[in-house]
Parts: sequence; C-alpha cells; structure tokens
Amino acid sequence: MLNKTLNINTSPHIKMGISTDVIMRNVVWAMLPIAAFAVYSFGWSALLVMLTTTGACVLTEHLLCKYSKKESTISDWSAIITGLLLGLTLPPAFPLWMAFVGGVLAIALGKYAFGGLGSNVFNPALIGRVVLQAAFPVAITTWTPAMLTDRFTSIASSTFTFPFMTPKVDGLTGATPLSAFKFDNIGTASQDLALGMTSGSLGETCSVLILLGGAYLVFRNMMNWRIPASILLTVFVFSGLFYLMDSTLYPSPMFMLFSGGLMLGAVFMASDMVASPITPIGVWVYGFAIGALVVVIRLWGGQPEGVMYAILLGNALSPQIDKLIRPRVYGTTKVSKK
Amino acid sequence: MSNSKNDNTKTSFWDKLKDSPSTDEFMKGIWKDNPVFVQVLGMCPVLAVTNTAENALAMGLATAFVLLMSNVLVSVLRNFIPKQVRIASYILIIASFVTITDYVIQAISIDLHKSLGAFISLIVVNCLILSRAEAFASKNTIGKSVLDALGMGVGFVFALLCLGGVRELLGNGTLFSYSVFPEGFQEWIIMILPAGGFFTLAIWLIFFNFRNQRKATV
Amino acid sequence: MSRETQQQNNSNSTKMLVAMVGIGVICALLIVFTFEQTLPVIAKNKAEALEKAIFKVVPNASSFKAFQWSDKKFIEVDKSTEGELLYAGYNSENAFAGLAIQAAGQGYADVIRILYGYDVKSQKVVGFYVLETKETPGLGDKIEKEEHFLANFEGLDVSLNDNSTIKNEIETVKQGTKENAWEIDGITGATISSRAIGDILKESTTYWMPIIQGNKNIFRLEE
Repeated sequence: MLNKTLNINTSPHIKMGISTDVIMRNVVWAMLPIAAFAVYSFGWSALLVMLTTTGACVLTEHLLCKYSKKESTISDWSAIITGLLLGLTLPPAFPLWMAFVGGVLAIALGKYAFGGLGSNVFNPALIGRVVLQAAFPVAITTWTPAMLTDRFTSIASSTFTFPFMTPKVDGLTGATPLSAFKFDNIGTASQDLALGMTSGSLGETCSVLILLGGAYLVFRNMMNWRIPASILLTVFVFSGLFYLMDSTLYPSPMFMLFSGGLMLGAVFMASDMVASPITPIGVWVYGFAIGALVVVIRLWGGQPEGVMYAILLGNALSPQIDKLIRPRVYGTTKVSKK
Repeated sequence: MSNSKNDNTKTSFWDKLKDSPSTDEFMKGIWKDNPVFVQVLGMCPVLAVTNTAENALAMGLATAFVLLMSNVLVSVLRNFIPKQVRIASYILIIASFVTITDYVIQAISIDLHKSLGAFISLIVVNCLILSRAEAFASKNTIGKSVLDALGMGVGFVFALLCLGGVRELLGNGTLFSYSVFPEGFQEWIIMILPAGGFFTLAIWLIFFNFRNQRKATV
Repeated sequence: MSRETQQQNNSNSTKMLVAMVGIGVICALLIVFTFEQTLPVIAKNKAEALEKAIFKVVPNASSFKAFQWSDKKFIEVDKSTEGELLYAGYNSENAFAGLAIQAAGQGYADVIRILYGYDVKSQKVVGFYVLETKETPGLGDKIEKEEHFLANFEGLDVSLNDNSTIKNEIETVKQGTKENAWEIDGITGATISSRAIGDILKESTTYWMPIIQGNKNIFRLEE
C-alpha cells in the first residue's frame, strides 16, 4: 500500500551499494575512540552513563516496535548511535536514572513520535538532551574535572542516585571553559581545549579525536563534509569579526571552535542524515544558520552553551531549506519568470 | 421513603437517573464529550495555567462559572437576540461575566489573581464557552442549558486537574502544596515550564484515544 | 416590494439595536454591582499585601507612611497612590524604624520587582523581599529562597562619602567569596538572577541614598 509519506525525489535514483546499517555501524566505529577517551579522562562513571543511555535507547526502540507491531529495528544500529551520542553530551557524574529517562525520551519523543527511523524531524539524541536540560538544569551543569586521580578507583556518588532523588554533589566540581569565560571572564589554554584536558560533557572535550572520527566518515563517503565544514567556518568567521572589533569583550575564534560541544555537534549531530537538507547549497545555508546561531547564543544568550539549540533550530529549518532550494530537474531549463 | 417506593416499582432511583435524558446531558461533558480530552477546546488556559493543581482548580472553576452564567443568560435571551448579532451578544455576555470573575478572584486572593495573571481575562476568548453558547444554549431551554454547562464545566475542571496534578507532582513534588514525596525528591523543572504542559496534555490525549480505540474495537 | 424589504430591514435594525443595548445595559449593571461589592475587599487585600512586604523588610516596624519625591522634597501621600513611592516604617513606640524602597530591573526571564529595607542611621540595606519574579523555578527563583543569599541583606553596606556618593557600589560576587560588607554573596546555579539583584540594588541605592540622607529629617515623626 502506498502511503502519503512516500517521498518523491528528483533523479538520480541510482543507489549506492551500502545500506543503512553499514553506515550506522561505521558511525559507531568513528565514535568509539571518543567514548574511550571519555572513559580514560573521566573514569568508570563515564562508562556507566554511556552504557545506560545506550541501553535505554535500544530497549525503548525494541519495546515501541513491539507494541506498534512492527519488525524490531534495533539491529540497524541507529538506536545505539542515538544512545551513545546522548551519553557523550552528558556530564561525567550524571545520575544514571536521569540518563535512563533521557534515553527513553530521546527515542520515544525524538524518533517514534514522528514515525521512526527516517521520519524524525530532529536529531533524537538532542531531543533527549534538551529535555534533560530543561528538566534537571542543576544536575546537567554539574561538571566533575577531568583526570581526577581516583577516577578508576571510585565512582562519583551522584552516579548511583536513587531514582527520583536529587543527586548529592561531592565537593569537586569545575566550570566548563565556556561558563568560566561567560561568567568570570577566564580563558582556557587552546592546547588543553584541543586535547580534552578540561571539564565538560563526556564527548565534547577532545576535539582532535572528534575531527579524526569525522575525517574517517568523510573518507568512507558516509558523511556530508559540507555540514561540519560550513558550521565551523561560519563560527570561525563570525566570532573572528567580533574578536577583531573588541578582543577584551569577545572570545577568540579558536576558543569558540574548540570549546563546548561545537565540534561534537557539528561533526556527529548536525550531520544527521534525516534531519539535514539534501542539496549542496541547502547544506551550506543550513550550516551557516547553525553557526550563526551558535555565536549569537554563546555571546549574548543567557546560557554559556548554545550548540544544542542551534542544531535543533537548524533541523527545524531544513525541510524549508529543501523546499526553497530545489535542484533543476534534469533535461529542463530554468523557467524565467516574466 | 422514596427509596422504598422505587423498590416497589422495581426500578431503583439510580436506574431512573441513569436512563433520564438530563443525566445524559450532564454526563456527556464529563466523559464522552470532554471539552479538553475529546473536543480539544480552550487549549490556552489548559496549557498555560496548569503548572500547579491549585491554579488548575481556580482556573477551571472560573471558566465553569463563566460558562454556567453565560449559558443561562444566553438561553434566557435566546428568542430575544436577533441572529445577525448573536455572536456579538454572546461575546458581550461572556465578557461581562469574565470581568465579574476577575473582580471576585481579586477579592478572594491577590496572590491567586497574580498567578493566574492575564489568563483570567483570556477566558473571554475560550472557544469552549462560545461554542456552548452557540451550539447548545441558544437552542435549548434553561434547564437543559444549565445541565450542559455544569457537565462541561465539571469536565473542564476535571481535565485541568488531571494536567495540573501531574505537573505539580513531578515538577514540584507536591500536590495542592502538600509534600507527597520523601525529602530529597528531584523536581522535573520542565514540567512546570510551558513545555511540560504540552507533554502532559499529549500523554493524556494518548491515554484517552487509546481507551476509545479499544472500546471501538471490542 | 422594495419598500417592504426596506421596512423589514428597518424593523430588523431596531430589533438588533434594542437587543444589543438591552444586553449591554444588563451586563453593565451586573459589572457595576460586582465592582461596588468587591472594591473595598480588593483594596483591603492590596493594602495588606503591601503592609506585609514592608514589615518584612523594615525590622520592628508596625505602621508605615508613604512618601513621594517631587519638586526636590519628600511629601507624604496616600498609601494607595500609584507611582514611585517610599515607605517609612515606624515601630510600636512611633519611632522611625527605616525605609522600604521599591526597585526593579531586568532578570533572566523578565523584570524582577523587589522591595528592600534601608536603615537611615547605619546606612545599610537591612531587608529584602521579591515582589514579582518570573525567574526559572528551581534555579533563578533561589533568589527568594536560598538562605545564604538572603543573609546578605541583613546588613549590606551602602554608606555615603562626604561628597554624597556611595563609597562602595554593591557588587554580586561568586558564591563563597564575599569579603566586604558591600558585596553580595552570589548563588552558584543562579548566577544571572543573583547578579541581576545586585545590579538592581546598585542602581537604586546610588540614586536614592544621597537623596534620602539629604532629606532624612522629614521621616521623623513630629512629637
């Protein structure tokens, strides 16, 4: 039976030999080094957070498929990506019960409310993250510093908070480079930023590994290189302009590029195949919109970080971008309007 | 005494009540045609002021009061109002009762008035009230209109309490300002923010549709 | 025929007019009646709310008077007057206990309106009460609840120099780093809201303190 959601696209219709699950599996490979580094720098609690979100996503996906009497889609790896990405955006000592809630909501609200894989308007992992941010604003901004000496011998007490209870915060918390800059005007060395020696969400600290993962996917032709390139370029140019105007008030473009979740967001989240535009020009417009929003939110917004909101707004724009920028149908000439 | 009499005729009071058309008029608003969960009317107050059970109850009662009074007046005047100006007349009547409600709430509690804010005045444009005036009160007797308004009013209060209860419980850990959970409960801040209103409403709608679908298939 | 339609139209218009005017009159009567009945209660409620707030920020106060700053002097006005007012609180022995001053400024979500108490003799802010706020529940609204934050306003130094300017402007500092009597110990997790309070107080005190110190005698009761 044909249904209304059947998408009729312009040619070419020739398919590449690789299928969804092959791409998805490769995305997971690209993310594994980042996850490994997160465990190395933040300890066992980081591993537990990522396992919880991934488990919650896969479980929810399986149950929702079962109840809607569809074939289970957990074997296509997409739920694992969502769970892993969500885990990478959470702080290290995040309570596991909250991480579980986030995973369930990411799949249920971000994916299945829209009709499952291929129909989601927004990146599901970001939906989970944004709901958690709004629901538990204190827990999600409690950062433990990286490279603590006891990270492999003990687990942060907030990790095992009893469900529905407020986590207890140990004495050791640190500010992220972005909030340190925003609220106290303290800069962070670029070297620390690039190598991930700062506090922050699990997967956002080590920019080098993120770029390597992205390069691998681009090399295997499994990711549109224009998306991260356009976002990073826009952020660099935009913040560079402000830095040139007043270098005491605005952070340097290098700081903007390597701090916060920008790298992770640009490489692994904005590039969600379903929620981004399809035409090359559309992608540039999309990347420009996200990059500009990141700069605007970071510089003038109430919160130190805005990548998450910027990408979600970009996702919301992408159907419109696709509608406005259509490739010329093969064999026709441009219709000139009189 | 009336009970024994009913027993004699082999129909209990409740059976009679159940079969009477007036009961139907009243009950339809509460369940079958619930203004929020089935008709999805009046979403503005439903989403905006249900962050606590107390606000939800106050808003529900205020709306029910306006609904009842305007239904009565519209029904009384139904043969007097020319049909060309009927909507204008209904709005005039509704707006007057909203103004009255506004004063009464201020007299009851300034704090309550503050927390309901502009949404009291916005009862004027609550389509539930206008739709009952147009679709029911203007065509039916006072008695029936009162029953209809009471049923719809109770249904609206019930729906608002469903939302307000869940949102306050999760968002603040309390119900009507009484602590429900043990010390150290983590509040889900999102539930008292506007987004929580949308989520809670969606979950209730899923529940109601699920029930109705089941009923239809059985 | 056309005459007939016109007549019908005319009678219709009259009917409409009568109906609208009639309904208008009924509604107006209802509103006026309710207004008359509720007005004294509403006025009493509002006065009580204001009184509660003033007694909260001015320690030991048990009665108050309202003053307005106009034409470079303070004049006593009715308590329900609209506009920017100062309230002078008096204790049970009718001695001047302090001033309650309204101030407002931009917070994280919307304008925050506060009332603060000022002790004229010691030149300190002695009380603080949030009149209106839409700050995020659980975060920004800590400015009303957090005890260490509210403790700031038990004696916040706003004393003047000889040339009638504030010696040290009020400043919100990071939680746990308060060192001087004019600093506000901020709230971690509600940085923006707690700083907004500091800014509102700074702006209001730099404006009012010189004026009040220059005209303080008017607040004493003539005995």
